[in-house]
Amino acid sequence: MSHWAFVTAAYSVAAVATVCLLAWAYSTMRKAEAAADELKNRR
Amino acid sequence: MHRFANPARFLKIARPATTWLFVLGLLLTGVGLFGGLTLTPPDYLQGETVRIMYVHVPSAWLGMAGWAGIAAASVAQLVWRHPLAAVAGRALAPAGATFAGICLLTGSIWGRPTWGTWWEWDGRLTSMLILFFLYLGYIALAGAEKERGGEGRIAALFGLVGAVNLPVIHYSVLWWRTLHQGQSIGTSGSSIDSSILWPLPLAALGFSCLFGAAVLMRMRAELAESKVEARLRRAAAE
Repeated sequence: MSHWAFVTAAYSVAAVATVCLLAWAYSTMRKAEAAADELKNRR
Repeated sequence: MHRFANPARFLKIARPATTWLFVLGLLLTGVGLFGGLTLTPPDYLQGETVRIMYVHVPSAWLGMAGWAGIAAASVAQLVWRHPLAAVAGRALAPAGATFAGICLLTGSIWGRPTWGTWWEWDGRLTSMLILFFLYLGYIALAGAEKERGGEGRIAALFGLVGAVNLPVIHYSVLWWRTLHQGQSIGTSGSSIDSSILWPLPLAALGFSCLFGAAVLMRMRAELAESKVEARLRRAAAE
């Protein structure tokens, strides 16, 4: 098996996991901050 | 540190810092990985697979740094009852677990062409796997404690006890016979040739910024959730 196949697999794992972490952290932050703002504006 | 005990003051700094860390992280990681993939020569022994180093090593450092952060937050929680300590601990855990997982997977992928095996139960690999499981345990424990309205003291104790694993990971290559190579980057310098080494600090700094951005985002989410819960509780009481 070519060395590049292992390099590609390792970089893909790192990229996918990092993007998933950031996307999850961002979406939970946006959702929570939007809920807090909405509650604040309602009062 | 106590200057940031006020969540409002913390958020004033955290909001712009999140964006800056994210942008800087993307830039540095992009440059580091591009350099590592295209501008460095292959290793005379490992060939092209040496390029896995630029994702594997930063993820190993961040996997360990994440737990060191949890241990520091645990001390702040247990000794000073810092109001943001438990929030920081809970925010650090998913990011640390992700990078510990990346380290294990990329290490396994690197091990196959280099050692001829995907996995070996030796000191370094096993202690890193234990760190990954510690993260999962911490996430479950801290989440359950928060749900029950606890202050996070049990999770903080777990965070401190789990820190015992950090020196085990670091010194495992010296204490036991292992397939994993010994320490090649230390305070006195590096045994890696500079033509191969230079993208590593860029990638490590870039991944660290992304790690920091993810932690700040989770802290902001936790603080906003607490604010919503407090407001709803107050509204129900009125």
